[in-house]
Amino acid sequence: MNNQSERSARYYKIYKENIKRISENSSPYINGFREAAIEKFNLLGIPTRKDETYRYTNLDTFFGHEFKSYFMPVASDFARAEEFRCDVTDLDAHGVVLLNGFYPTINDKLRELPGGIWIGSLNEASKKFADKVEEHYGKYAVNDSDGLVHLNTAMASDGVFIYVPEGVILKKPIQIVNLVHSEEDIFNQHRNLIIVEKNAEITLIVCDHTLSPQKFLTNGVTEVYVGENSHFDIIRVQNEHNNAGKITHTFIHQERNSNASSNNITLHGGLVRNSTHHYLGGEGAESYSYGLYLADKFQHIDNYVNVDHAFPNCTSNQLFKGVLDDMATGAFNGRIYVHKDAQGTMAYQKNNNILLTDDAKMDTKPQLEIYADDVKCSHGATVGQLDNDALFYLQSRGINKREARLMLMFGFAHEVIQNIKVEPLRERMDNLVMQRLRGELSRCASCMVKCG
Amino acid sequence: MLVIKNLKASIDGKTIIKGISLEVKAGEIHAIMGPNGSGKSTLAAVLAGREFARVTEGTVTYFGKNLLEMSAEDRAKEGIFLGFQYPIEIPGVSMVNFMKTAVNEQRKHRGLEPLSSSDFLKMMREKKELVEIDSKLANRSVNEGFSGGEKKKNEIFQMAMLEPRLAILDETDSGLDIDALRIVANGVNRLKRPDNSVIVITHYQRLLDYIIPDVVHVLYDGRIVKTAGKELALELEEKGYDWIKKDVIENSMT
Repeated sequence: MNNQSERSARYYKIYKENIKRISENSSPYINGFREAAIEKFNLLGIPTRKDETYRYTNLDTFFGHEFKSYFMPVASDFARAEEFRCDVTDLDAHGVVLLNGFYPTINDKLRELPGGIWIGSLNEASKKFADKVEEHYGKYAVNDSDGLVHLNTAMASDGVFIYVPEGVILKKPIQIVNLVHSEEDIFNQHRNLIIVEKNAEITLIVCDHTLSPQKFLTNGVTEVYVGENSHFDIIRVQNEHNNAGKITHTFIHQERNSNASSNNITLHGGLVRNSTHHYLGGEGAESYSYGLYLADKFQHIDNYVNVDHAFPNCTSNQLFKGVLDDMATGAFNGRIYVHKDAQGTMAYQKNNNILLTDDAKMDTKPQLEIYADDVKCSHGATVGQLDNDALFYLQSRGINKREARLMLMFGFAHEVIQNIKVEPLRERMDNLVMQRLRGELSRCASCMVKCG
Repeated sequence: MLVIKNLKASIDGKTIIKGISLEVKAGEIHAIMGPNGSGKSTLAAVLAGREFARVTEGTVTYFGKNLLEMSAEDRAKEGIFLGFQYPIEIPGVSMVNFMKTAVNEQRKHRGLEPLSSSDFLKMMREKKELVEIDSKLANRSVNEGFSGGEKKKNEIFQMAMLEPRLAILDETDSGLDIDALRIVANGVNRLKRPDNSVIVITHYQRLLDYIIPDVVHVLYDGRIVKTAGKELALELEEKGYDWIKKDVIENSMT
């Protein structure tokens, strides 16, 4: 038996042994997906480098590890999560905390925000808003080739639920803080469902943190429905230690004339893999996919983007940038799929990378599949060093070489950061990126882990 | 202020500057003219400390110091400013941040405290007015999306901010319409003081209608072949460079 199938078999076994605990707090509807999903996972297994979409990422170091437990929360975990405070103090947001993938508040599991918006635990919502959950859950995370999405569907017990009714515009962003904290090495999964009905608008900030130095692996799935004429922005800030593995799958389903953006800022993490799927499911929809990754030492950061143009006259834009130092490695795979009937499509993609050392490595791969004839598509990828002309320009004004290099890298990164519309967060990101580039510790002050 | 003696420099093993001697005194404006490919921009690059040109012979002394041993940033801190022929676009770096860093690095070098944000912004406003630069340009990324004229005006704006002792303007007039040319020239004239000097490198005489030089040099094939007063520029405009070339060839034959 090869290692890979042994590993898959282990998760299959964990499922069989824990299915009672996994499903006890979920609604029958959500539990109804589990059996088929685990079988599908069993068939597909954990992705390997033979899978086209995981070609540059080796998950072995994480899935090969014997995690002590598959996380189930206890009361003291909840208390710990409640203590957490985000250190972006001037960020005025409606906050939600997830601990190891669970919604940890005991009493207030679902709460109402202005305009009839609801945020809280997916488990709780699947009982209270059964009709909404049944309308959307499991409809968008349809990825037949990625075993990890199925593993999540089979085993994730909780996550965040957000419901924004028709016509409601929420000015303040919603912030989800994903904490990982344990005395043991753990594997954890969460499942989020976000429903934005017609003519509505929200901004979602997701922050990923690790609070203890153990080895962790997270496999999270987020499904988002963006209704007609609605506006949805998700900004994900990843700041985990070098011993943490983070795999995220985000599926954004867009209806007619909607506008959605995703921005993945990876400041730190041992192994990070973000899959972002944009489905343009109605005429006139616009989607923006941004990403910034800064890696050093032995970190590995992989962004996979899939933009699916299923209807005419939609626009999509991908901009991913990375700075890789030391032996860090990165990968970008941007897929644009234009269906036969999707005439008038405009789809753009750009991936720029700076390698600071000879040992850093970047793999970048555009993948355009175009079946319509009236389209405007472009893609460009660069992997290089800092621009010497620009460096000299700064030096010729009296700026030291070291500072000039930092300014150029900062400017390079800022092109992604500037798309964050929430001002305090944008400023904070600029700040963190600058600290990160200077080689200063840039984890949020609340992080106790002095890794690296 | 600046003494160049028998300077020779090459790029990729090819000798471009073949022995230039030149002295610029405080308060003087020198014009260096010459046909394309004569080595004008290479001379500017060597003086500003660009590494692609390698000095093979000669000396350059600036206020008694060996300029060739100094890094580009140290030359700038000592008051040398290069106005670029093709200013570089730097997306993501704001003009404010760029200039603030540059001004404060130079102040630090002179033992001065860094400017506070409000003092700095006040200084920016004043200098913008001085060189008639559109105030919006200063809020954008360095040269990003600027028109040719805007980029050149931005060079003069930076010069105003940094108050150099020696400004080297490399074809600052190229690609400018007459209005932009006038703005750029007025900026240079307003920044002129008895203790600072300017080297204007240009292909055409046009700019010298506005910036009146004390001395005009003609550079041809890596050498200064003629030096005279401002009237030389007019003569060149009238007769073109062929006249000089012919002179050079005849002289070399005798």
